[in-house]
Amino acid sequence: MKHLFGMAELERPQIERLLALAESFVELSRRPLRKAPTLRGKTIINLFFENSTRTRTSFEIAGKRLSADVINISAATSATKKGESLLDTGQTLAAMQPHVLVIRHGIAGCCQFLADYLPQTAIVNAGDGAHEHPTQVLTDLLTLRQHLGGVAGKTITMVGDIAHSRVARSHLIAANTMGYRLRLVAPKTLLPREVERYGCEVTHDFDAALAGSDVLYMLRVQQERLTSNFAFPSVREYHEAYGLNRRRLAMAGSDCVVLHPGPMNRGVEIATDVADGSQSRILDQVENGVAVRMAVLTTLCGGGD
Amino acid sequence: MAVDLLIRGGRVVDPANGVDRITDLWVDDGVIAGVGAFSGEAATTVDAAGQVVAPGLVDMHVHLREPGQEWKEDIESGSRAAVAGGVTTICCMPNTQPRLDHAGVVRQVIERAREVGLCRLHPIAAVSMNLDGKQLTEMRELHRAGAVAFSDDGVPIWHAGLMRKALEYAASFGFLIIQHAEEPQLTAGGCINEGWVSTRLGVTGMPAEGEDCMVARDIMLSRLTGGCYHVAHISSAHAVELVRRARTEGLAVSAEAAPHHFDLTEEALLEYNPDAKMNPPLRTEADRQAVIEGLRDGTISVIATDHAPHHPDDKRCGLSCAAFGIVGLETMLPIALKLVRDGVLPLSELIAKMSCNPARLLGLASGTLTPGAAADICLFDPDAEWVLDRDRLHSKSHNTPWHGQTLTGQVTGTWLAGKRVYERNGSPAE
Repeated sequence: MKHLFGMAELERPQIERLLALAESFVELSRRPLRKAPTLRGKTIINLFFENSTRTRTSFEIAGKRLSADVINISAATSATKKGESLLDTGQTLAAMQPHVLVIRHGIAGCCQFLADYLPQTAIVNAGDGAHEHPTQVLTDLLTLRQHLGGVAGKTITMVGDIAHSRVARSHLIAANTMGYRLRLVAPKTLLPREVERYGCEVTHDFDAALAGSDVLYMLRVQQERLTSNFAFPSVREYHEAYGLNRRRLAMAGSDCVVLHPGPMNRGVEIATDVADGSQSRILDQVENGVAVRMAVLTTLCGGGD
Repeated sequence: MAVDLLIRGGRVVDPANGVDRITDLWVDDGVIAGVGAFSGEAATTVDAAGQVVAPGLVDMHVHLREPGQEWKEDIESGSRAAVAGGVTTICCMPNTQPRLDHAGVVRQVIERAREVGLCRLHPIAAVSMNLDGKQLTEMRELHRAGAVAFSDDGVPIWHAGLMRKALEYAASFGFLIIQHAEEPQLTAGGCINEGWVSTRLGVTGMPAEGEDCMVARDIMLSRLTGGCYHVAHISSAHAVELVRRARTEGLAVSAEAAPHHFDLTEEALLEYNPDAKMNPPLRTEADRQAVIEGLRDGTISVIATDHAPHHPDDKRCGLSCAAFGIVGLETMLPIALKLVRDGVLPLSELIAKMSCNPARLLGLASGTLTPGAAADICLFDPDAEWVLDRDRLHSKSHNTPWHGQTLTGQVTGTWLAGKRVYERNGSPAE
């Protein structure tokens, strides 16, 4: 594995190996001394053009736990503010010889684009526009492996702003690779065109989608979509139609697992008591995110396949 | 007395006069002197066996970037690109800096093209001042300065009231309005066609309905006003059908198609290729087939390139940030010839769409081999195969989606008023 652009490039055995490696890093991350020498001497740059707390921190901790030198650059302080192009920024940083460049940027496809010009640098996609967010999906797969014994044959019901979600697209690809079902729930305003061609189920009725769901995966709904896209009329109506509350969780059953890639809008897509309830695995996702990113960085630096 | 030029034994295709036969064509004093079996002497003889002798092509949709963005293209480099593609008459769009919204700029552009002297340049002037859709330009004055039609190309004329008045005013003087048909509220923020590919890539799409809505509206306004209306670079199946019905009804509605819209689909973008990004975008296979059917049945009477040069800096920035547009002058003919090989159109009908049809629409004398007409000639080998190398284009810009592809059909010589302006393997213009 030279880069990690997205789930589209990963085959099932690679995913299984990454998850197995990540399991061992979960264990490492719970030891009193949370450090391994695996990536000593490696330089990792986290280049984030979009705001991010958890993903950036997760990558930073992952690199540091493996003894890599980690540098964080966020858009607020980066050269892009001075008009330097994405390509120039990428080439400039690559000239400083990092082993890995972790990138989050609003331009879909930016990682493949940069990789064409940066032959010496491994690139990890930490979210590119509405395209892919592979480490989030690997994190989810690890979490479900722990709590459901794996995803094969399971049904993940994903609710919310599918149209603008890179997590949704990465899951739509991974579902086919890993053999799970995705059931998408959203009003048509939040669904991308022809999304059913991924082979997923699509419905606009959340209540009808609950039965048979092994996982309820809630996506963040941005309130700016109210006016910028006319995507829904009000938070109140959205929550009533598509918010996850105790009534709906009860309909889904007591074995159903609740996930959210964060950050949550409490009271919008998810009610607080559900987010904090016993079926929520949202904080497990966060913990597993570090382990998954450790596995990805290790693999890219030659420690895996 | 010897004539100046004899092109011997080629397949002379002159759709304006219904000519399509293997014969000779000769030129004297800058005009076509005769078509038929030549006996006599010529100062220069070109053996055209196996080649096609066609009128110099007419491309009514070109962006030359001069004045204002000469690092992308200028009138000289654009003219070189034109004649390398067999094109001797081009119409340049008004979205320059400054805009072609004042007679002085129109005259300047024409004057510069005359100095270059490689091809004929007929500006298309703006419909609205600064293309901002608020006030009509002085169309009569612009027409007197040499403008042959009016468009805000690059920017849709979205204000229905302005469009109505533009059509009425233009109709009062017999002028043509050309529309970049796009409803901007439906396409805002869009990057490529809205559909399966935009969903997969995670980029904002532009639905074909953005084009359809505008074409439908404009056709109604054309009916209301009696105005002459031309759809630039038509790309959607429903828009083609709307134009078909309007023409059946007898309205003064016409349309052009660009080679990329009948050769490529949105699938060309699956690897985020910025050189396959243009507006209107590459659409679906069904749309492509509809454009081809429109060309076949005459709904679409013109092929034009929408030649849109861009500097690599404007393309190498990620698909959603990349500029819209591709260069097309040097690939129009070989791409269009696929329609002949695929049995869609006979050669002479295809040539008509790139010569006499646009010339008639715009009231130009170009596009024929009629004896007495200016000797603008395109000589091409319809079977020659060549690999397109974007770095060898004559245009200053290299943004083509056909880079590295083997194309069939190659221009071997171009003449303007009897003067050779392009020769493959060493153009005298170089």
